Formats: sequence, structure tokens, C-alpha cells
Amino acid sequence: MTLDTNLTHVETASDWQKIISENENVMITCGRMGPMCIPVYAVMEELESEYAHVKFADMLFDSPESHVIRNAPETRGFMGLPFVMYYKNGKVVKAVSSIQTEEQVKSVLDEYFGKP
Amino acid sequence: MEQSGKYDVIVIGGGPAGLTAGIYLSRARLSTLILNIGVAGGQMILTHEIANYPGIESISGYKLASTMKQQALSFGATIKTISNPPQIIDKGDYKIVQAGENSFSAHSVILATGGSPRMLGVMGEQQFKGLGISYCATCDGEFFTGKNIVVVGGGNSALEEAVSLSRFAETVTIVHQFDHFQAFPAYIDEAKNNPKIKFIMETEIREFAGSDKLEKVLLHNRKNDSEEWLNIDGAFIFIGYQPNNMFVKDLITLNDREEIIVNEDMETSVKGIYAAGDNIAKKYRQVTTAVGEATIAALAAAARTWELKKKN
Repeated sequence: MTLDTNLTHVETASDWQKIISENENVMITCGRMGPMCIPVYAVMEELESEYAHVKFADMLFDSPESHVIRNAPETRGFMGLPFVMYYKNGKVVKAVSSIQTEEQVKSVLDEYFGKP
Repeated sequence: MEQSGKYDVIVIGGGPAGLTAGIYLSRARLSTLILNIGVAGGQMILTHEIANYPGIESISGYKLASTMKQQALSFGATIKTISNPPQIIDKGDYKIVQAGENSFSAHSVILATGGSPRMLGVMGEQQFKGLGISYCATCDGEFFTGKNIVVVGGGNSALEEAVSLSRFAETVTIVHQFDHFQAFPAYIDEAKNNPKIKFIMETEIREFAGSDKLEKVLLHNRKNDSEEWLNIDGAFIFIGYQPNNMFVKDLITLNDREEIIVNEDMETSVKGIYAAGDNIAKKYRQVTTAVGEATIAALAAAARTWELKKKN
């Protein structure tokens, strides 16, 4: 099960483990093809070439495998899709809930992963 | 990095109208800059399935937007993303578009800035977005199972979504600023007959508050000018859409709904500035109507631009 985007899809918990351990900077958006999530995927697609030092990916919220994000301690209390996770060297450095603008995403990327 | 440049036509907005204008203009060999605020595709990307776009049986809005963008780029249009609405200065035969530190000029400008969901704009709204405040019942309803929530608004969306949210929530309180609803009678009846739904009329939300998540809202009663806090677990806001035209309100004529008034060539009150899509005064808002209006605007802008290029 994957999302209908042009991003790299994380399909399983082992995919997730591989992607966050093999890439220094990772942004994963866990959501659905809904009005709060789609703008975030679109922002990620827009930024993918500019932020070459960041790996951008998505994961389907309704997949049982997404427990790695849904049950992460950093998402406790989240009450809005998507769950947006930022990882550095395999560790969560920031987690954000609900729709984000390009400005908001860029500000997190710049702060934690550095400007392109 | 500061950028500047001279183009034949500048299109502001990258939704279906802006991208269509970009396709027509660049295919007509006019140098075309599309300044996009946010992500390309506009509101269209939020549509799960578009099944009434002629020639395409079914496609997601996301995919259609992506194809339109690639089409515009393949014909030579330049697409730049900007963070805030630009300033437009009318110099007659040419227009200056100032986007932050960047300055661009063109003979014609097409405004295709669309619309966006209205926010309440009160204290705490940004802070608790995703932590109790939502704008989408389908997306986030399940997080509020067994909770007490408020729905803000009085139109079709608010009433329809309140009923939908009652499947999850313990109680749904509709807070509306007027003493009557604007929704269709069927939606009002369905909400009124739902035992989980309560109503607080003639009341506005003034503030959202909590610690790690939303815990209460400050209600202001417009009738007796009193205020009280209401403890809640969540708030869903459905107060309609607004055209993204405020950045041109001092330059071109808008109607009382802040929509741009255009003539049959899609030209605004300023010669050489055209508009198309959900930001203009019109009755029907569809991807196909936006595309049609943008085609007219692009052809009219192209005709003007060719004339001016011949003159110079």
C-alpha cells in the first residue's frame, strides 16, 4: 500500500529503519491522500531538488507498518494528519502534526539539517 | 538570492488557471514567469478524484496538477515559488512585480491566485493546529473518538461535518456567530435531530488555550457581550473560503466579496492586468471553468503583449 505521490514510499517498518539509518537527514510524512496531507507532500516534492542533502519520503498512515511513526513517543498527543517526522542520524529531531506551509517546512529543514 | 528579470507576461498563481495560462503563453513563444505562492496545483491538488475533466476518465487532482506543471515547463515557462503575495506596480505599457527582494517586469500580468480556507485568526489557533484544532473532519475525526468538541461555522460544510464528527465524538457543539445558519435546510434539520449535537448561537471564539494540547476556548456572546471559557478536547473550523486578492485591493476593483471584477477578456479594471480562476467574481468554481477563463486571459494578454512588442 502506497500513497499516490512522486516521493519515495516507505512501505514497511524495515524500509523505515533502512531509510533513517542510511541517510543522515530524513523527512517522512505519514498521512493519507487528504486535504491536510497533500499540501505537505507537494511541498516536499517542490523542495526535493533544492534540499539534495535531505531524503524525502512518505508513508501511508493506514498501513499497519506505520506503527513506527504512529506510536513514536514524539507523536503522542498528535490529533491531526499528517504526522511529519524529521530524523538526523536515525534519531527524531522534530515531529509536527497537521498541515504545514512551505515556509514552515523550510524553517525546520534549515534549522536541523542546514540550508542548501 | 536577489533575482530580477524581464518577461513578456507574468502569471501570479500556480493552480489550474495559472498553469493553463502558462501553457498557452509559453506555447505562443512568449517568455512567461509563473510566480507561485505555496505549492503548484492550488486547491485542485486536494481533490481526490476528478472524473468530469473532458478527455480524462478519472484522475486525482494531485496528478492532474503535476501533469499541468510539467506541460507548462516543457513549453518553456519558468516557475518560481514565492513566500508572500507580491506587490504590483502599474507603469502603463509594463508592470513591475516586486516579490520580496526580487523584481520582475512584464507587459501583462495575469492574476490566478485562487482562494484559500478562511481561518479564525485568533490567539492560539496556530499553536494548537494538529494538537486539537483541525480543518478536516475526514482526516482527523478519529482522533476525537469519545471526546467533546466544537465545530465553528454555520454553512453547509460546518453542519455536514458536525454530523459526520458525531460518529466519533461524545458531544459536538456548533458555535456560530449569527442567530441563524446559512446551510441548506436539510443539513440544519439533520444536525438539530442529532442528540449528540448542541448549539451555541450568536457567539464567536476569541481564543484557544491549553498546555500541550487544546483544552478550552474563550467564547464571546455577541448578544450580551459576555465571555466565558468552555472546556473542550478539540475544535473543527469550517468558515468558508476567501479569494486571495487582498494584495491587489488598492490597485484593482474588487466586489464586496473581495472578488476581482473582469470583463469578457478577463481584463481587470487595470489595462494589461487580467485575472482567472477562483479569485474572480463568478457563480461556478470548477477546474474546467478556471482553465477556460485562463485560456481567455492568456490569449488576451498575448494579443496585447505582441502589440506592445511590435511598438517597441
